[in-house]
Amino acid sequence: MIWSWEYAFEVLPELLAAFAVTLEATLAGFALALVLGLVWAIARMAPLRWVSRTASAWIELVRSTPLLIQLYFLYYVLPEYGLTLSPLVIGVFALGMHYGCYTAEVYRAGIEAVPRGQWEAARALNLPRRAVWLRVVLPQAIPPTLPVLGNYLIAMFKDTPLLAAITVMEMLQTAKLIGAGSFRYLEPLTITGVVFLVVSLAASSAIRLLENRHAVRR
Amino acid sequence: MAFLQTHLPALLDGLRTTLQLTVGGALLAAALAAVAGLGRRSPRRLCRWPANVYVEVFRGTSALVQLFWFYFALPLFGVSLPALATGVLVLGLNSGAYGAEVVRSAIAAVPAGQWEAARALQLDERQALFRVILPQALPMMLPPAGNLLVELLKNTALVSLITLSELTFTAQVQRAATLETVPLFALTLAIYFAAAQVLLAGVRRLERHVTRHRRGRA
Repeated sequence: MIWSWEYAFEVLPELLAAFAVTLEATLAGFALALVLGLVWAIARMAPLRWVSRTASAWIELVRSTPLLIQLYFLYYVLPEYGLTLSPLVIGVFALGMHYGCYTAEVYRAGIEAVPRGQWEAARALNLPRRAVWLRVVLPQAIPPTLPVLGNYLIAMFKDTPLLAAITVMEMLQTAKLIGAGSFRYLEPLTITGVVFLVVSLAASSAIRLLENRHAVRR
Repeated sequence: MAFLQTHLPALLDGLRTTLQLTVGGALLAAALAAVAGLGRRSPRRLCRWPANVYVEVFRGTSALVQLFWFYFALPLFGVSLPALATGVLVLGLNSGAYGAEVVRSAIAAVPAGQWEAARALQLDERQALFRVILPQALPMMLPPAGNLLVELLKNTALVSLITLSELTFTAQVQRAATLETVPLFALTLAIYFAAAQVLLAGVRRLERHVTRHRRGRA
């Protein structure tokens, strides 16, 4: 037997402590992605041509290039402009920026699904622009997008190990270092995989629940 | 100009490896997606279970964790693969799991009446699947398959972390040598972007090809 339970339990606490960093990066990155996504989605639908064109070009560019290169870019370029941030902060920023371009498309689909009559009614009532968005359109547009947003949350969670490349000590990086120290990679890497599997399976069944509840309420 | 002359050849060399990873991974993924996608619909439990486990495990864990696991832990079982083969294997396994869902849902989207009609015409299960159902399901699979292909291209960047000198790795090496971070990474991003656009254009072409009978020139 190559697998040693004794060793596995020995490295478990350290891995779980590193998992806290993984969760932190996921939650902070996703909060940023939710905000940025809304900004891009609204910019993309702006009446000004150059605004909407720029926004869609940006979304397209970010979505079709690897997150890893974007991480390196921020990690190496920001200090050149005198902005020294911790790797974790840069990682959170890159995750938020990358996934913001995905959530933007989700929001856009939600906004486009709001019936035209709602816009017209809001205009007929002489609501100011701000109120049209905040009071009429977004409250109807966002709830149906929650399951899709949830799926991107899981996708982002599974992308956090990339932060290892810019020296963030999240779970995978910790597992790799433990492995390098003892020449026993199997246990720490397998535990890491299992933790990811358990958390994403739990999260996807929670999303299915949310989806069903939403379907029932309709 | 001098900048391009120094860096472009090396980057294009890296791009070649990136494309090898993409094509190899995509071929493996397509085969796995077909087998697992059909397996998940099988009435036999012995076909359904392995397919379910494969899809859930590879969709539930992070691609980078999978890559490290295959690279560091697999040799302990006596299987030692070179980095390129590991990359193709992991990328194929990962995308194949997502592809299986595309195959499954496209087949499920073909109306039940098609199966019944095929049975009424005395076609056996195999003929019904290959002659009636799949030709209708295939056009539905292509748009999501195109998105998966771009995801696969982006994921090839991860293989740089197991020291295979593909595009991202090459960019890193050149950056370390010259410190021309901004133009170098901008060029790398542009190459990825262009490659993604070419892949998407290819998929769109294929889509037109498989739906040609719908426009009445079969």
